[in-house]
Amino acid sequence: MSGGRATTPVARTGRRRGRGETLMVPEAEFSSYYGRPVIKEPVWKVPDIPAYLYLGGLAGASAVVAGMADATDREALRRTSRVAAAGGALVSVGALVHDLGRPTRFLNMLRVFKPTSPLSVGSWILAPFSGAATVAAASELSGRLPGLGRLAGAGAAVLGPAMTTYTAVLLADTAVPGWHETHRELPFVFAGSALASAGGLAVAVDPTGPGRGIAVAGGLLELAASERMRSQLGLVGETYRDGRAGWVLRASRAVTAAGTAAALAARRLPAAGIASALLLNAGAASLRYGVFEAGMASARDPKYTVVPQRERLAQARQVSGAPPL
Amino acid sequence: MTERVGFFTDTSVCIGCKACEVACKTWNALPADPAQGHTDFELTGMSYDNTGGLGASTWRHVAFIEQPRPPAGPPAGSPAGSVDLGMPGLGTPDGDRSEIRWLMSSDVCKHCTHAACLDVCPTGALVRTEFGTVIVQDDVCNGCGYCIPACPYGVIDQRPGDGGAFKCTMCYDRQGAGLTPACAQACPTESIQYGPLEELHERAAGRLAELQEAGQTQARLYGHDPSDGVGGDGAFFLLLDEPEVYGLPPDPVVTTRDLPVMWRNAAAAAATVAGVVLAAFASAGRRR
Repeated sequence: MSGGRATTPVARTGRRRGRGETLMVPEAEFSSYYGRPVIKEPVWKVPDIPAYLYLGGLAGASAVVAGMADATDREALRRTSRVAAAGGALVSVGALVHDLGRPTRFLNMLRVFKPTSPLSVGSWILAPFSGAATVAAASELSGRLPGLGRLAGAGAAVLGPAMTTYTAVLLADTAVPGWHETHRELPFVFAGSALASAGGLAVAVDPTGPGRGIAVAGGLLELAASERMRSQLGLVGETYRDGRAGWVLRASRAVTAAGTAAALAARRLPAAGIASALLLNAGAASLRYGVFEAGMASARDPKYTVVPQRERLAQARQVSGAPPL
Repeated sequence: MTERVGFFTDTSVCIGCKACEVACKTWNALPADPAQGHTDFELTGMSYDNTGGLGASTWRHVAFIEQPRPPAGPPAGSPAGSVDLGMPGLGTPDGDRSEIRWLMSSDVCKHCTHAACLDVCPTGALVRTEFGTVIVQDDVCNGCGYCIPACPYGVIDQRPGDGGAFKCTMCYDRQGAGLTPACAQACPTESIQYGPLEELHERAAGRLAELQEAGQTQARLYGHDPSDGVGGDGAFFLLLDEPEVYGLPPDPVVTTRDLPVMWRNAAAAAATVAGVVLAAFASAGRRR
């Protein structure tokens, strides 16, 4: 690009650097309109949407656990997981409705079914899931209609896995660079996180049961998929390392790792099961909040929109053999 | 569907009068825009632009860019050897006026061929009209806000206090009556041109050739190409510099282009969840 553009704000991609951090690549230069963002920052609110993401994951994985516990006659595990599935789903729905600009029209979410809209698909997963999980939990707590409870529980278990990952598509299917660029890995990050939170809960109830395997596998998947996601992100990976999102995600990793270790220790030390449940759920909740905040930060800075698009254009020109601009 | 219509905004003849902004606000009865910091009269410090950007209640936005660069040729839009009318300009009275050039451009919703806002809307409030434009049905919108981060141009926004999402309708009500949209009607220099999209494409290509011949080598069309990431825009532009200088994305792509990959990965991840739980129960065995 030609120079001499002093009053057209030519921004330097500066950021606050951590202690002792050295600059490995030269800072990209790009033009913007007075440093204003190119895309609009999402209007989604905290804690509504991070809570909706976390609780949806916990509820979905818990419903699968409850369904399997029912099939294998593990009553305590079934009871806790059914309640977690229903509670998570209902609060998750509440958070989503509360976040709407026009909450009284929440039923419009079910007005059409649109595969191109992850929120439409998600609503059609969330609505029947919440209903089924609630019936199962009500039957569990009241002791009435166990047959219906079992049927509803099975329905929730079938929908459960989808509950844990559609929210990743929901975030990725936007123009927000920090979310869109994660669209391959984020479903696995959310899946691992959901397994870890539901598994942690299961370990607390039954330290020697199947919860351990679920918690450990989930914790490891959450950590590994997050690591892969961060390594795949180019420039916008900064938003996952810097600022509030950066420290929240670092804390999330530490807490999830500790929770995973606690789940392993629970076989010999039952108290570790409770610690595992608390740590893994704190890790899962803070992961969702960190990912949410990283996306918001990437929307606010035009650098993350302009620079990668410029690079894409330059690459396309190189491929087509055209001279660089 | 009737013929697809659109806007061609030729920024080389924009004089920054903001008649389009005013006409739009007036015709569409749009309130002041607190989203842009306009609860009161405020100055942004961005040249003569105190509008800031497009928003829920700002459907036309005139950008002002001051560049310390001599124009490459005669002033855009005027034939070579035009008469200097001695109009006030920038710089010292006896100074060199060519030091600064002003870029002005009236931004608007692009009415994309592949519109992300329309794709992601869960209620069906956003629809494509018989004119090939994209509008919000206000009585259906529940304010979920999904369209807002989906738009690669940052056009649509939520109106505070109302909760719904709003954007340019290309004056759908006027179009129905065979009228020109308010902004194009009000534009005194025909910087904003309205008509059948194909016709506008031809006109734009002619205008571009004219400018490049006159030495405006930086002149380029933006949003006219049906093979771009959004399938071409219903509202396209003739710009005199890089798109990002005007606050436009250099290579916008409709986010839903990657949706099949996203659903596939989400399905694989969901299957992983089911697999992990089944395996854990299988290895723990049937007890109690």
